[in-house]
Amino acid sequence: MAGTSKSDDITLDVIAEHGISGAEYKIILDRLGREPNLTELGIFSVMWSEHCSYKSSRRHLGKFLTTGKRVIQGPGENAGVIDIDDGDAIIFKMESHNHPSYIEPYQGAATGVGGIMRDVFTMGARPIALLNALRFGEPDHPKTKSLVDGVIAGIGGYGNCVGVPTVGGETNFHAGYNGNILVNAMCVGLARADNVFYSAAKGVGNPIFYVGSKTGRDGIHGATMASAEFDDDSEEKRPTVQVGDPFTEKLLIEACLELMATDAIIAIQDMGAAGLTSSSIEMADKGGVGVALNLDKVPQRETGMTAYEMMLSESQERMLMVIQPGKEQLAFDVFEKWGLDVAEIGTTTKTGRLVLTHGGKTVCDIPIAPLADDAPNLNRPHTPTAPRDVIEPSDIIEPQDYNDALVRVMTDPDMTSKRWIWEQYDRHVMADTMDSSQSGGDAAIIRIHGTNKAIAVTTDCTPRYCYADPYEGGKQVVAESWRNLTAVGADPIAITDCLNFGNPERPEIMGQFVGCIDGMNEACRAFEYPVVSGNVSLYNETNGVAIPPTPAVGGVGLIPDLSLIKTLKGAKAGDTLIMIGETDGWLGSSIYLRALMGREDGAPPPVDLAAEKRNGDYVRKLIRNRRVSAVHDLSDGGFASAACEMAFSSGIGATLSNPSDLPAHAWYFGEDQGRYLIATDKNSINPILTTANGLGVKAQIVGTVGGDRLTAKDGFDVSLSGLKDRWESWMPTLMSGATETV
Amino acid sequence: MQTAVIVFPASNCDRDAAVALETHTGKAPHMIWHKDTSIPDDVRFVVVPGGFSYGDYLRSGAIAAQSPVIKDLKQKAEAGLPVLGICNGFQILTEAGMLPGALMRNAGQKFVCKISRLRLANAQTRFTKLYDAKHEIDIPVAHHDGNYFADDDTLRRIEGSGQVVFRYVDNPNGSRGDIAGIINQAGNVLGMMPHPERAIDPLHGGTDGSNIFKSILGSL
Repeated sequence: MAGTSKSDDITLDVIAEHGISGAEYKIILDRLGREPNLTELGIFSVMWSEHCSYKSSRRHLGKFLTTGKRVIQGPGENAGVIDIDDGDAIIFKMESHNHPSYIEPYQGAATGVGGIMRDVFTMGARPIALLNALRFGEPDHPKTKSLVDGVIAGIGGYGNCVGVPTVGGETNFHAGYNGNILVNAMCVGLARADNVFYSAAKGVGNPIFYVGSKTGRDGIHGATMASAEFDDDSEEKRPTVQVGDPFTEKLLIEACLELMATDAIIAIQDMGAAGLTSSSIEMADKGGVGVALNLDKVPQRETGMTAYEMMLSESQERMLMVIQPGKEQLAFDVFEKWGLDVAEIGTTTKTGRLVLTHGGKTVCDIPIAPLADDAPNLNRPHTPTAPRDVIEPSDIIEPQDYNDALVRVMTDPDMTSKRWIWEQYDRHVMADTMDSSQSGGDAAIIRIHGTNKAIAVTTDCTPRYCYADPYEGGKQVVAESWRNLTAVGADPIAITDCLNFGNPERPEIMGQFVGCIDGMNEACRAFEYPVVSGNVSLYNETNGVAIPPTPAVGGVGLIPDLSLIKTLKGAKAGDTLIMIGETDGWLGSSIYLRALMGREDGAPPPVDLAAEKRNGDYVRKLIRNRRVSAVHDLSDGGFASAACEMAFSSGIGATLSNPSDLPAHAWYFGEDQGRYLIATDKNSINPILTTANGLGVKAQIVGTVGGDRLTAKDGFDVSLSGLKDRWESWMPTLMSGATETV
Repeated sequence: MQTAVIVFPASNCDRDAAVALETHTGKAPHMIWHKDTSIPDDVRFVVVPGGFSYGDYLRSGAIAAQSPVIKDLKQKAEAGLPVLGICNGFQILTEAGMLPGALMRNAGQKFVCKISRLRLANAQTRFTKLYDAKHEIDIPVAHHDGNYFADDDTLRRIEGSGQVVFRYVDNPNGSRGDIAGIINQAGNVLGMMPHPERAIDPLHGGTDGSNIFKSILGSL
């Protein structure tokens, strides 16, 4: 087997360049019984990269609650699958594309959207909604504007063309992301529960089909790039960023769904990170079979590509599938109808090995099990984050001018309107969007086509809390997701996570990671709100400076009856405002502290999971009993910001009151968790308060709806339209003069 | 009544158009593949839907305008078959020469998705006769290339002959004359950038788009 003998190319430098440690190389030698050739080394390198093997995170991810009565498929497949009744299933996942988006924002973000959509339709679902979670550096950092401009154009450019509405998301700006932005994209798809497709290649001698774009030299080592931190030369990694083609993606979706309606497909897997390598190995490993591929048959964009390049290419819009013998012609016909490249490139075997031939020679012959199962599973040292002091309301002086305080909170970069962003996304295509970013609500709402039910979807993370206290911050991430779904009347079902952290080789970063996971997991268990899919992005770090810990989650909930939806929009003049939940005036790590005092210190608000659940279940019951006209959760910026956002959406002002003993700044801007603001007519006030009392839920009257001003008797008094103008104009002002990147 | 929707590779509002037609006729439309060479004779009304036909990597609508089915559509439209082109469909109809002018990149250079308020510039057409001419309507736009352009002579001609049907109250894309939709001289081919099929259900947030479908279907 001349082609697999050790080549003189495998020097110590080459091994190191592939990110393979000395210990890992010894394992390779042991498993192969010889030295690998360059192609084989490349395959081990990508499969054992952090990005593909989760070597730093795997043992911790295993702690998550991943099962539940509506869970059809938890982590381990391309995406998670949940049951939404009537034989319908929702398939969803969130994934990061951070490193490429920093290097090449338009293509990085676009291919992030494309990749996550493929994870979803690979499983038999038609994508019905896209969301995102974005973190950029400081607004006035020299790179921020062009990164924002390119990322937003890339997300829109891909999703708009494919024709899947981008319905929600969140955007933060913070100096902690100056060197590493985060672009997390989520896709939600709809399938029939009895027609979900999996990736396990079953059977021996079954044909393996390649479908989609041709393979080029783009994206080689993309997975490896995402497994190391940046330095000053990171711009040079541009060639490792892939280029997206949403047109081909759209054709792939239609063609795959058409073929999935037949019984031709045994297994299917998209070619994402590490392309042909990881897709073929994962399919084979899950099915317990071997794979033989003839690389000469791979559709190629350029001539002279080596086996190494083909196996490591991350060209986009490609799928690998195992086809039922006898159905080959059917598959060819469907893909050719849609004008896609399609080729039979190999077969499943009983050898348990990955055997590649190229130019008539065997260029790779390695056992599959060590690649997947024996991948490193590290127990990296982790140091817990030191607890911070609790800040009492009395520690913080009240503002001189409450009007100025309100304006500064509402024009904090994280608080302002993101209209500039979401107006670049088609939010209405598919004509089932009932609520999206444009109403500024807690969750987007998508009708299940042709039915009287809907799903609510949201993405959430509060990195400043996670940085201050990973454990409490982790709890809060999950709690806020659950609360946002609850606030539109949905039953929260499950989440996907996208865990963005710095360099795991540093114990303090690993401590953040472990702390966040433990907190998230505790909340997941308290709410029976499992994790069904996810992604880990480490090494978000430049020259030794890490991002704040950012474990974003994407939540999905079910609204069983369209007539039972409530959002923040419906407050009517004369309505009474009631606050649900306890307020202690928590100003530590708050927007108020940052926006007014330039301080980011203090312990973040703790989450009382039992109270959170009790309060949320009560609010959902009020919505279902048609007791409320509007609902909004209290989060960043506290009561004042929730009241402002509710007023912005209805166009009606409010007069707010402070029935507590707290000073006004703590009452209006404190960020205590587990709280909601509801608007209701006068007939419902007493029933709401009385029932709450019986359930042990704190409920108190905190204002009335009406007029054209936002007035707090012991604080601010501003014109609603004037405040809204300033809230709306921050982002257009920031972006004016930004140069178009495409 | 039998209607039809033309489907190009990467049409993406084809299903939305089909739902709108079925809602208003009670009957599912034919979905006509772009490679088909003819539109069935029983079809009384055709929608050319929105999307990114062929990825719109060339000028929007330019390749779709050359597809086999467009030749037959053109002939049947010349014989009087009513056609509605929405968004990419409007771009295709201008590229195919079935409507005057062109749709260029938005003046702001960015994709824009928002609710657009429209004035009825002509409420006498077969597509708009159920609207109150004085009443403004809200219909969403979602496009990158919606900036309507025609040379001065063409503009004078279509303005003079009542071919401008919808105008933006707050122009989102730089269109000349705030033009959002135009009709051909014969009055049976309407092209518009806003999406009426996304405003036919209270759950969409409004139903101002419905009267377009009701008007034209009622005229048949």
